[in-house]
Amino acid sequence: MRHGKYPFVIGFLAAPVTIYVVFVIAPYAQAFYMALTNWRGLSPGQFVGLENFTRLFQDEVFWKALRHHGILLLALPLITIIIALFLAFMLNVGGGSQKGMMAGVWGSKFYRVVFFLPQVLAIAILGVLFQSVYRPDGSGMINSLVSKAGLEPIGFLIDPKLALWSIVAVLVWQGVGFYVVLFSAGMSNIPKDIYEAAMLDGATRSSMFFRVTLPLLWDTLQVAWVYLGIAAFDCFAIVQTLTVDQGGPDGSTTVIGMEIYRNAFVYSKYGYASAMGVALFFLTITFAALSLRVSRRESVEM
Amino acid sequence: MAIDTATPAPVSSATPSPEKKTRREINILAGFGHLFLAVWALLIIAPLVWTFLASFKDNEEIFGDAWTLPATLRFDNWARAWTEANVGQYFLNSVFVVSLSTAGTMLLGAMAAYVLARYTFFGNRIIYYLFVSGLAFPVFLALVPLFFVVRNLGLLNSYVGLILVYIAYSLPFTVFFLAAFFKSLPNSVAEAAIMDGASHTRLFFQVMMPMARSGLISITIFNVIGQWNQYLLPLALLQGEGAEEKWVLTQGIANISTTAGFHADWGGLFAALTMAILPMIVIYAIFQRQIQSGLTSGAVK
Repeated sequence: MRHGKYPFVIGFLAAPVTIYVVFVIAPYAQAFYMALTNWRGLSPGQFVGLENFTRLFQDEVFWKALRHHGILLLALPLITIIIALFLAFMLNVGGGSQKGMMAGVWGSKFYRVVFFLPQVLAIAILGVLFQSVYRPDGSGMINSLVSKAGLEPIGFLIDPKLALWSIVAVLVWQGVGFYVVLFSAGMSNIPKDIYEAAMLDGATRSSMFFRVTLPLLWDTLQVAWVYLGIAAFDCFAIVQTLTVDQGGPDGSTTVIGMEIYRNAFVYSKYGYASAMGVALFFLTITFAALSLRVSRRESVEM
Repeated sequence: MAIDTATPAPVSSATPSPEKKTRREINILAGFGHLFLAVWALLIIAPLVWTFLASFKDNEEIFGDAWTLPATLRFDNWARAWTEANVGQYFLNSVFVVSLSTAGTMLLGAMAAYVLARYTFFGNRIIYYLFVSGLAFPVFLALVPLFFVVRNLGLLNSYVGLILVYIAYSLPFTVFFLAAFFKSLPNSVAEAAIMDGASHTRLFFQVMMPMARSGLISITIFNVIGQWNQYLLPLALLQGEGAEEKWVLTQGIANISTTAGFHADWGGLFAALTMAILPMIVIYAIFQRQIQSGLTSGAVK
């Protein structure tokens, strides 16, 4: 490039870089320092070293939240990916071969549109909606059917054993459609003649799925796993809007994001909330690095 | 991206018919799979339809059996939600904030991505990685300091602050994706334009932006949906005196949900929910293809 490159480059970068540094980089940098102080908002906080972190590791609520993230981290990706894979397979190659072509089942276009729909609805709004779905008496959508069947109504959100799984169900309900479309896109990239050849060799539907589709989708699956895993470390909006006492009953659905919010904006424990933020950051980074390491394998050349 | 667009009608070729066994297996599996598809579709549709119906019910009907139809179409629920519960206000607030913040995100993001992708200069890599590293940082890490940065700038409880924060947090993804896109554009056109004496700025706005249209559309959709559904940032940044009038839709609905119990106005709550959901469904129905490919193409790359 020639004359006048630098004024142009600087002119184009000035605004985005400034906004980004002020609102993203600076707060991130400050968070690490703030986590080492006992700042409560009024007087300037004192530097207390790692005291917040030692308190954090004795904090029962924090461990509870951590356990919930562990459950979410296993359940959310696993359930979502299995359901989405099955649905996507049915949509794309489930219709058997018609005229020598692998085809999706009838109505697959309609299904794809419907499945994806929850993705465009705000999770905070869905949280409010599902309060009525889960209501513990006959006025709740599910329990109305349960009591019609002559069974005891289920306390989805008020039973500490069930509450977290009720949250997982909403997240799966919302998320599956996105991954159906994602996997469909991946599956449509698989050359049809591979399926044809497999059919001619007498491969059954299931062996076709495990020997052809899965290996060729590996990269997409990896992306899905990381996405869902990172989502499992958040969940603030749904917990805040759907659960009893925002993380209850008795802290049985709380997540770190919820506790950060509570400590910062309810108790004004800014130093402590930042320390939680730092802990969450290291958890997320560790997860992403690990999952990318573990799932790295020879991708199949097409 | 959808498969049905990609495959032209096949010419029927003489494939040997598969054995009976596989055919039976196909039928059973296809039947079961089809059932599963239908059930899942029903699970998605049922709560939404039910909410829509509940928006016409009165309290008695709402606390009665869930699966009954409202006796009459009570449109006063909707009127109350729109005016008294301020859903109309929240809705317009959301539209206002998201249109400005998405426009800002796309303009600034495209400018930064373009320069980083196609110009070599000192510090290019550093700035690029600074942006991309933002992808790995959870928003919660910076929540507390961010609140004080915004407060010290005097932007707390203002749309300017909220929009700037939206833009800042959307930049990593936008820059990362668009930089890859600008890199893939051919050099020859740019060179020809420079030869013809176009300035860098003109080259960008008149040649490069139109060429990158498909990428820009995808990312725009991604940002609109992401920012429309944002809940944490407005919750943290729109508080204080007179904040209620500024609230965005997600905040407003969550608040109506907590106060519905006090006012015993459940019909109003469901009307409000329907108002929040319906426009999204309509917009989605119109743009569903672009939305699906836009949201997923970022992940496939």
